[in-house]
Amino acid sequence: MPEPIRVGMSEIVVARAPRVLFTLGLGSCIAICVYDFFLKTGGMAHIMLPDSSLSSANTLTNRGKFADTAIPDLISSLQKEGAMKERMVVKIAGGSQMFNFNGLNSQVQIGARNIAAVEKIMAELGLKIVSRNVGGHVGRSVYMDLETGNVTIKMLNSPDVIL
Amino acid sequence: MIENLTPIQLDAIREVGNIGAAHAATVLSQLLNKRVSMTVPQVNILPLTEACDYVGGPEQPMVGVYLRIFGGAPSKMLYLFPEEKALWVAGLLINDPEKCSNLLGEMEISALKEIGNILTGAYVYAFSNFTGINMISSVPALAFAMVGAILSTILADLGEMGDFAVLIETQLTACDESVDGHFFLVPDPGSLATILEALGVKEGCQNQSGSECPK
Repeated sequence: MPEPIRVGMSEIVVARAPRVLFTLGLGSCIAICVYDFFLKTGGMAHIMLPDSSLSSANTLTNRGKFADTAIPDLISSLQKEGAMKERMVVKIAGGSQMFNFNGLNSQVQIGARNIAAVEKIMAELGLKIVSRNVGGHVGRSVYMDLETGNVTIKMLNSPDVIL
Repeated sequence: MIENLTPIQLDAIREVGNIGAAHAATVLSQLLNKRVSMTVPQVNILPLTEACDYVGGPEQPMVGVYLRIFGGAPSKMLYLFPEEKALWVAGLLINDPEKCSNLLGEMEISALKEIGNILTGAYVYAFSNFTGINMISSVPALAFAMVGAILSTILADLGEMGDFAVLIETQLTACDESVDGHFFLVPDPGSLATILEALGVKEGCQNQSGSECPK
């Protein structure tokens, strides 16, 4: 069994069965899992923010950080491996709102904005999100098994969810 | 950029963090009626990609109390306690440690938020006095979750400005180890320059856009 590969914040990783891709402690970030069941090849992107136009850095140093740049990169890396868009299955997890300032709406709700951005970009690319485990106030760890395409979500004090 | 702070600048930030944290530790000690010791603050400049590995691994369950600081140098303040220590501290404040449930109920959450509030008040007051920067804190918010999820959420919006976060971290321990907390002051990207300027060590730094200041 090859080593599972950890996908860090703002990283994009593509691999084949029988590998497992995983990411730990997702809060407002989103893990985007795309799988080609025919090739048993899949990729995971761990995005932090919805839109690269938010970046005030002069140069965009890390395309994996933003939904609008990471998702096209993930799809094209998969296509380079031979994956076809028609066979791609998309599953997403994350996008929590970890802190609730009651009555004070000053906190920018990055989680919700991330979810909306991912949905919009997937729709633009003509990819359907088949299942999701998003929102709420929980932290999540996400494991993507490239043998089956199953995405397992672990949370504190609640049973695992398999997407 | 912030990853290129000079040793003198780091020292200055550490010192001002020290003053803030010392006030907060004193207040915590008075609140709990226990001797509380603190470490010399560490100024950590972390790539955001590594931030969620910080503090004992991303999946460690912790209680986080989070406040925003507004004013001259907008920042974030975060307190992290392991669950059982957080419950213990809350129990002391509720003043009925016997009855203290081992669940994070409404009372415990409220007590912990209040502690966050009081400590932040002390920290910010000292910080503000020392630097002459006006600072006000928001109401506290609380999360009980994997520490990676807490940290990554708080640091996410720093990603708009760059790939690094500056964390001014202090660890507090009561002498009997009943309290074991971390707390962090995380200046917003623009605030670091303001703080350095107030401390008189702006020279030799690089400006916010990442290009070199004239030497």
